[in-house]
Amino acid sequence: MDLAWIVGVFVVAVLGTAVAGLVSKWIDRKVTARVQWRTGPPLLQPLYDILKLLGKETLVPRQARRAGFLLAPVIGFAAACVAAALLWAANIDPSRTLPGDLILVWYLLMVPSVALIIGGASSANPHAVIGASREMKLMLAYELPMLLAVLTSVVASGFTFNLGGLIQSAGAGVAGKITMAVGFIIGVLCTQAKLGLVPFDMAEAETEIQGGVYVEYSGPPLALWLLTRAMMFALMPIFLVTVFWGGFAGGAAGVATGALKYVLVVVLLVLIRNTNPRLRIDQAMRFFWYGLTPIAVVAVILAAAVF
Amino acid sequence: MLAALKRWALKKSPWVYHVNTGACNNCDIEILDCLTPRFDVERFGILLAPSPRHADVLLVTGGVTLQARGALQEVYRQTAKPCAMLCIGSCACSMCIFADGYHMAGPPDKVVREVDPDAFIAYVPGCPPKPEAIILGAVKALGAL
Repeated sequence: MDLAWIVGVFVVAVLGTAVAGLVSKWIDRKVTARVQWRTGPPLLQPLYDILKLLGKETLVPRQARRAGFLLAPVIGFAAACVAAALLWAANIDPSRTLPGDLILVWYLLMVPSVALIIGGASSANPHAVIGASREMKLMLAYELPMLLAVLTSVVASGFTFNLGGLIQSAGAGVAGKITMAVGFIIGVLCTQAKLGLVPFDMAEAETEIQGGVYVEYSGPPLALWLLTRAMMFALMPIFLVTVFWGGFAGGAAGVATGALKYVLVVVLLVLIRNTNPRLRIDQAMRFFWYGLTPIAVVAVILAAAVF
Repeated sequence: MLAALKRWALKKSPWVYHVNTGACNNCDIEILDCLTPRFDVERFGILLAPSPRHADVLLVTGGVTLQARGALQEVYRQTAKPCAMLCIGSCACSMCIFADGYHMAGPPDKVVREVDPDAFIAYVPGCPPKPEAIILGAVKALGAL
């Protein structure tokens, strides 16, 4: 692990994830537009949005906790960058990853949601506080089945806790198991909630709490939030593909099939988003705890019993 | 150079916030028409913002009633600058038949200019203006920005 490798991977991963995220955001908006029989925005639209917000004024509400309000997007963005670096490093060279980086990435991917709660709660807006409270409940709801789903993959590949090992064992036939497919589907549904996409967007809910946690953000901090969200929109599919589906490893062919898998997951997320109405927070919690968690527990047990 | 980039990006992605200061709801329906698949203003990067903090353009409909006066000024102050204002409909442009109403505080441009004398304001007349007219007005306003 020399310094050049670390810095190089970090720069490539952050830039690559930002580009992939913005393109995915465009895919999201374009597919949504096509589903609604519209034309939709041009390819560079997400970039225009972020450039525009960077040039605007930053407003901080008078009663807000200034430091928490302005630091939260920076914390979220930093965590997304480090998570990107770890995920890309594992995919570029599966034999060289950190031991136990799955656990590290898992925690880093949780940080943007926590930062969102901090930012929303410190903005002194009742809508944002309701949004933060919903985001917190949603986190409690989806983290449990998501963790069990990831555990399915870990158990199926013989208790491997590093991403490189998971990629290699998926390549060695583990990805074909039924339990892995079940884990993957549960992972996609939890990702939907983690990204705040429509059936589980009660934390921002434009039509009832006016953007919730984001309501008081303007200018560059909002741009940073949008960029973090775009990066998470790329990172979560990459995470799913890496953990359940063999990742991007294996030369040019591996990158090509990996990209195909990635686009498939993104379009799946977008289609789920476009064909479902928003749930109430208690319905979402019931869905994750009583619906998905038992299935995930069974999947983990079956994974241990070689299915 | 940086200012030019800022202006260019603003033209590429104007997010709008809809403020009704006493309209009869007719112009509001036409604004919503612009967002429907038939007219699809997202082609130009126009999105409906959930909060004035996110907005670049305020779409104001109707003459300002005395009750709405403070609210309109507050919303204008809450909008992140640089921002523009689009007065949509005859009432918002010139008050029309409500000009002498005892309950009216004046047209929106006058009310906002009390807060910010340099506010950028464009006008789309009509009762109500067609969605095509609103889109044309928005395009011309962004061109003049």
